[in-house]
Amino acid sequence: MDLLKIENLKTYFFTEAGVVKAVDDVSFSVKAGATLGLVGESGSGKSVTTQSVLRIVPRPGKIVGGQILFEGEDVLLKTEKEMKTFRGRNVSLIFQDPTTSLNPLFTIGDQLADIVIEHNDVKKSEALEHVITTLRRVHLPDQEEAVYNYPHQFSGGMKQRICIARALLLNPQLLFADEPTSNLDVTIQAQIITLLKELQEEIGMTLVMITHDMGVVADMCKWVVVFYAGNIMEIGSIDQIFEDPHPYTEALLKAVPRLDQTRRLVSIPGTIPNLIDIPSGCRFHPRCQYTIDACKNIRPPVEDVGDGHFVSCHRWRELHKGG
Amino acid sequence: MSSLLEVKNLVKYFPVHSRGILRKKVVAHVHAVDHINFTIKEGETVGLVGESGCGKTTTGKLILYLEKPTSGEILFENNDVIHTLGSGSKEEQLKLRRSMQMIFQNPYASLDPRMTVFDIISEAFKIHRHLPKSEWTERVYKLLRLVGLEEYHAERYPHEFSGGQRQRICVARVLAVEPQFVIADEPVSSLDVSIRAQILNLLIDLQKETGLTQLYISHDLSSVRQISQNVLVMYLGEIVESAPTEELFDHSVHPYTRALISAVPIPDPKRKMDIILLPGEVPSAINPPSGCRFHPRCQYATPKCTAEKPVLDEVHADHFVACHYSSHFL
Repeated sequence: MDLLKIENLKTYFFTEAGVVKAVDDVSFSVKAGATLGLVGESGSGKSVTTQSVLRIVPRPGKIVGGQILFEGEDVLLKTEKEMKTFRGRNVSLIFQDPTTSLNPLFTIGDQLADIVIEHNDVKKSEALEHVITTLRRVHLPDQEEAVYNYPHQFSGGMKQRICIARALLLNPQLLFADEPTSNLDVTIQAQIITLLKELQEEIGMTLVMITHDMGVVADMCKWVVVFYAGNIMEIGSIDQIFEDPHPYTEALLKAVPRLDQTRRLVSIPGTIPNLIDIPSGCRFHPRCQYTIDACKNIRPPVEDVGDGHFVSCHRWRELHKGG
Repeated sequence: MSSLLEVKNLVKYFPVHSRGILRKKVVAHVHAVDHINFTIKEGETVGLVGESGCGKTTTGKLILYLEKPTSGEILFENNDVIHTLGSGSKEEQLKLRRSMQMIFQNPYASLDPRMTVFDIISEAFKIHRHLPKSEWTERVYKLLRLVGLEEYHAERYPHEFSGGQRQRICVARVLAVEPQFVIADEPVSSLDVSIRAQILNLLIDLQKETGLTQLYISHDLSSVRQISQNVLVMYLGEIVESAPTEELFDHSVHPYTRALISAVPIPDPKRKMDIILLPGEVPSAINPPSGCRFHPRCQYATPKCTAEKPVLDEVHADHFVACHYSSHFL
């Protein structure tokens, strides 16, 4: 069953320089219990999509079209009061930078207990008890003492554990993790990924991982959505996108160095387009090695090519299935 | 190949002061770089890897005397770098600076926003006076073409460029002085994934085509594997393992290196990850652990590791490991 279904979402930023179409006609769904990866480079729209689901798009951004259905209900029609329960209880978020997402002025216990009190109407001592239990679940050492410490007293990896605990406080059905490991060292990244996998197995939580690291995706996710310049290029199982990739996904995979190989990297020419002045047709066409005239003029629809694999490309069939 | 750069017993301790405005006392030291030794041969690229805080950037800065070493020796073509840059004459300093250059991590912060690309690159000619003014324009164009930019880019300002293009400008600026040796400190980590390959390939081509010697500093092991012929692994201010690239990635010995390599996710769903999880985090460099600095996180640690510091021993040709039990892991 689809826990979350996004249909034709459009989130634009109205800046002085012009309208930035950060998310432009994006549709995909997340099944309950799944681990989905949202992959893309900076400015591809993966984070803004997440912000749209939680309705926390920063100004001057606005959701200008589409539907976001959570368990069949349109999130965009909820009142601000309903959103307060929705955020945290239904959907929760882990940010990229654990250092800036914790308040430096309050102890860990205080800021996490506040969330519990706000949502559950319990006494402070009970709330703190729940915070300690949750901190134990993310393997923060010495939880009883840790709640009396301030964020600066923890290392980056420990802060990220605290942020994960904060996101889990209200047992959300869906957890978005926005680049949860990209500020961390590799050995700490391994710890956090192991923790997320463990939590997912333990409670069957639905997890959406937002990342630019194809390695992390290959390791963690069963399904992947590939973003480029505010559009979806491809949706598929991890095997599908590695075996029969969209030209952009293919180029990305060839451009990333792999630890188990030494080979010449194939660089993608050009740069990521400016989202005010978007290329016509397929947004990837100026950088794509397979571009034909149709790519320049007609935006390819996101087509079902079988077994849950969706691709937005005029030439995919010809390239992978011989026409 | 002869050795171009030799680093001997290099040490950098940063003092930690007590609080207060008057009478600041030094209460401790951060052991950022602690007695490291290595050599770089002419024409090769050496990768220096490690996690944040291990001292890899400090090592790069020490070699260029951007930080003053606490003790130790740095020889560049048998010239004493610390002596020349610390107390040599202006001419000697300029001459040495011309042969050793650095590419920084953040191409947004390392270019002056008020200078055009032409000014940025030709500033090198102005300072080192190795090129008559009549040839400046031609040389700037040549450098721009070499790094994959166009001639018309010379009249533009840094803000008109993307991150990848800015890093190319930084590379062109470095090449303007015709250095023998370049230190690249995380040159691609602030760039987008699709752009990284462009800069990595540029650095690889420069080595192949012009024989430029490089020290490539990075936390990203995958890129280190592509670019370097030899690799040094640092942990908490010390080198724990060094070996030729293939040897290091395929037959690593030190428990830290092995954990580090196992933790890198590989973009291939068919490869099962077999992560060696390290407990805890890198300890503080103010009071580094006794003996082997890695012992609190090492699953093989014995009382000997707590008591005695292991030395870098050659376990194979050109393969050095600092571990008491290296023979067990061969």
